[in-house]
Formats: sequence, C-alpha cells, structure tokens
Amino acid sequence: MIEFRSVTKKFPDGTVAVRDFDLVIPSRKTTVFVGSSGSGKTTLLRMINRMVDPTSGSISIDGEDTSTLEPVALRRRIGYVMQNSGLLPHFKVIENVATVPILNGVPRRRAHQEALTLLDTVGLDRSLADRYPSQLSGGQQQRVGVARGLAADPNILLMDEPFGAVDPIVRAELQVELIRLQRDLDKTVVFVTHDIDEAFLLGDQVVILETGGLIAQVGSPSEIMAAPTNEFVANFIGAERGKRALSIRSTGSGDILVDSSGRAAGILVAPTAPDAE
Amino acid sequence: MNFLIEAFQFIFDPANWGGSGGIGVRLVEHLWVSLLVVVIAAAIAIPVGFLIGHTGTGKSIAVIGSGGVRALPTLGLVTVIALSVGIGLTAPIIALVVLAIPSILAGAYSGFEAIDRRTIDAARAVGRTEWQIVTAVELPLGLPLLMGGLRSASLQVISTATLAAYVGGGGLGGFLFTGLRTNDYPQMLAGSILVIALALLSEGFFAILERVTVPAGVRAGLPTSVRARPSRSRATAA
Ligand SMILES: Nc1ncnc2c1ncn2[C@@H]1O[C@H](COP(=O)(O)OP(=O)(O)O)[C@@H](O)[C@H]1O
Ligand SMILES: [Mg+2]
Repeated sequence: MIEFRSVTKKFPDGTVAVRDFDLVIPSRKTTVFVGSSGSGKTTLLRMINRMVDPTSGSISIDGEDTSTLEPVALRRRIGYVMQNSGLLPHFKVIENVATVPILNGVPRRRAHQEALTLLDTVGLDRSLADRYPSQLSGGQQQRVGVARGLAADPNILLMDEPFGAVDPIVRAELQVELIRLQRDLDKTVVFVTHDIDEAFLLGDQVVILETGGLIAQVGSPSEIMAAPTNEFVANFIGAERGKRALSIRSTGSGDILVDSSGRAAGILVAPTAPDAE
Repeated sequence: MNFLIEAFQFIFDPANWGGSGGIGVRLVEHLWVSLLVVVIAAAIAIPVGFLIGHTGTGKSIAVIGSGGVRALPTLGLVTVIALSVGIGLTAPIIALVVLAIPSILAGAYSGFEAIDRRTIDAARAVGRTEWQIVTAVELPLGLPLLMGGLRSASLQVISTATLAAYVGGGGLGGFLFTGLRTNDYPQMLAGSILVIALALLSEGFFAILERVTVPAGVRAGLPTSVRARPSRSRATAA
C-alpha cells in the first residue's frame, strides 16, 4: 500500500505542481492517474520513488515513510517505465534489461539469463537480446522498458505514459499485454496517462486530476462512469458529449449499440467471466 | 619555390638529423613537451569539465574564464612567466597548459551536455548513484566530444610549442629562431614543415579516436546503420 498524506510539491520556480494531496493506493491493484498535461501526474509518480521530494506532507510504502529511505536503494526496488523507454543507447537490449539486478549485485551471467526469460514475458523474441535500442521499433523499445522495470521483481511498478509515443495499433497491443502481465504478476501498478480510455481499460482505481494535482474523482471505472461527481469529470470522461451514453438500436442484421449522436459504438453480447479467454 | 626545395633538402639531409640541435632530438623534444602539456591540461580540465557537465553548474564561469584565457597572447605569457621562473621548459609548459585547458574543458562538459536529459533521468530513476551515472552513462556517451576537445588542444599546443625555443626550451622552434637570426629561410621553412607534419599526425590520430569512441549502439542508430541501409538501397534501385 502506498499512502500520500497531505502532499504538496512546490518547485523552486514557484510552480505548485501538487497541493495538499491525499490518496491511498492499494497493493496488487492498478491505480491510474489521469488528467490533462500539467495536472501534476508525473510529479505525483516521481514522488513515490523519490525522484522528486515533496515540499511538505509524507508518502509511505507499506507504512514506511519514504523520506527515511535511501533514494538509490528505494529506486532499485521500484520498477520505473517511462514514455521514451529511457533505455541506454550504448547498452544492448539484454544489458538494459539486466541493469537493476546487476546494480543489486546479481552476477552478470545469472542476470542475463533471467533477462532472457523476461524478454519472453514481455513478448519479445530472444534474438533481439544483442541488438541496441536504436535498432528496435518504438513498440519493441517500450517492451524492453517494461522488461527492465520488472527485472528486479519489484512489488511496485511505476509507469509514466509508457505507451504515449507508439502508434494506436501497437498501443492497443501493449495495453492488452499489460493487463495479462498484471494478472500473472500481481504487482502494485501506478500508471499515468492523459487518455481516459486507457485509464478505464487498465485501472482498478482511477484518479482523475485537475491542475495542481487536485483530485476531481477517485473510484473504479464503473463508479466514475455511472456517477461523475461534477461537470469537470463528466466533461473529461466524455459523458457530456454523449460518447458514453450508449443505447440499443435494432438494425436489419441485428441489435447494435449507438452513442448519443447515433454512431455505432459496439454490439451487445452475453457477459463472460473475466478470466475466460 | 626555391626555398621550399631547399627546405626539403634541409630536412632530408642526414647530416641535419644527428647531434644535440639536430632534427631528431628536436622532434622528440617537441613531441615530448606537447604530450606533457596535453596530459597536464587534461588532468586539470577533464575532472572540472565533467563536474560542470554533470551538475550543470559553473558553466558560465568556465565560458568567461576560457574566453579570457584565449585572449592572452601566448608569447607574452611565456615571457612573463620566464621572467619569474627563469629560462627553460617550465615557462613554456605553464603557458601551453593555460592555452590547452579551454578546449579540453569545453570538450569535457559539452560531451556531457549533449546527452539526452531523459537518458540520464532514466539512469537515475532505475537506481544508479551519481557516480555510476558519470561512469556508465555520461563518460561513454560524452567521450567523442571530449576527444574533439583534446584534438583541438593538441593542434594548438603542437603549433605553439615552437615558442619553447624562445626561452631555451628546445623543440622544433629552434629552427625557426636560428633561421630568423641568420636569415636562413630554408631552415625556417624546414622547421615549419616539420611542425605542420606533427600537427597533421595529431589531427589524424584524434580523428580516428573521435570515430572509435562513438559507442556501438549510438553508431548503430546513425543513418549508416545496418537497419537504414536496405531502405537506402531500395531508394536508389527505384
Ligand atoms: N522540475 C520542475 N520545475 C518547475 N516546474 C515543474 C517541474 N516539473 C514539473 N513542473 C511543473 O509542474 C506542473 C505539473 O507537471 P507534471 O507533474 O509534469 O504534469 P503532468 O505529468 O500531469 O503533465 C506543470 O505546471 C509543470 O510545468
Ligand atoms: Mg507527465
């Protein structure tokens, strides 16, 4: 469990990125921070691994105040995946993935062996192990970034718009894989995005943020969709535009779902158990 | 044209190579002084440059300081220092070190500065210490630009080390000053040609170093990479 207690972050230039922020992030669930650019999502995320230190307030992980922990050691037990993959250009894929275990003192051979297994986990062919990041596609680089984030087998995985820079088809693929991974690995994932659809798809808990890290609403996707607390949230999730207000319309070839402007949005099927493939 | 031929005759005359004032000894003196100067300057400028590049502070001081130092006339500096430390190698070495520091300093910090901030941020976020960021990320990625700095410093030092002879410090400058005193233009020209030859050798050496220090993964990302080649050949075929 990660807990923010009245956390404020004021940068030296006077910008208050986050003001008096309170939140509990449950373990082994995916929590998504969603909000427009500049709402403080990245700042919130980076306060968890002490890449940013709060001006006031406290953040604790499983009851331990992070300000009492050594930043370097803390970062080595928290996975971090960022938008531009953040891979070292002069390290081969396998070396990038094995980075944190090697920093933690795992012998190089074993770290590389385990890194190969991780390539399988994130759906990358082992033949890519000896390539350099510049020889991979954007989507492949992101997968390597995820593999590196998982390498030390951290309990917590921080993801800052990890799929923001890849094209929509690859993004959809990566999202599905992340859902699969999360089901298998059972990590506490904190995910940042500005895309509300991505937030609803991935989040068990979704936190909608306004400028200054102000929480507009916290809840499960269905809670938020069913009852947006205010106009800002309704606007943000697209309810205003009727994007989420679907209705059934019968057509000659069967029933379909349409949104409020009459565009086809999907079909109605019998509910399936979440685990069925 | 005549002078040039005579100059080459001077250089290729075996009689001019031996002895204490011969080409052989002076070449070695010149190279030795230049090497010593670049090593001393590097020992000072590289750590300072890395510190500036890593922390991002102190750059404006370095730029202003370098500008000031570059404006100093080296011959004047040699003379002033020689007046206090006496005739010999010390004065030219100090003056040449001062001359060499700005280029090396700039190469060292600009190599660090040129690295994508996100790469360094990521290196920190996965749990590298500041020292590990310097050694595993900034140093290897910044090396080619540092080599560039060493390259221009060496060029300046080799050509300016001719001044060492002015205060009895030896080197190829001896041919210039002797030639000047005795109106022996071929000898002056011969000295210059030898200095130019050394300078070109140094340029070639560092040009190679600048190339080979580009890390493989970075080179792989350049347009000449394996991945980019097929598309180019396709373009030419079309
Ligand atoms: N290092 C910094 N120095 C000054 N201001 C910053 C810094 N980092 C972020 N900010 C400011 O804080 C606010 C929140 O930024 P950020 O957390 O990056 O938002 P988001 O990730 O939601 O786009 C923005 O106004 C941004 O300009
Ligand atoms: Mg951000």
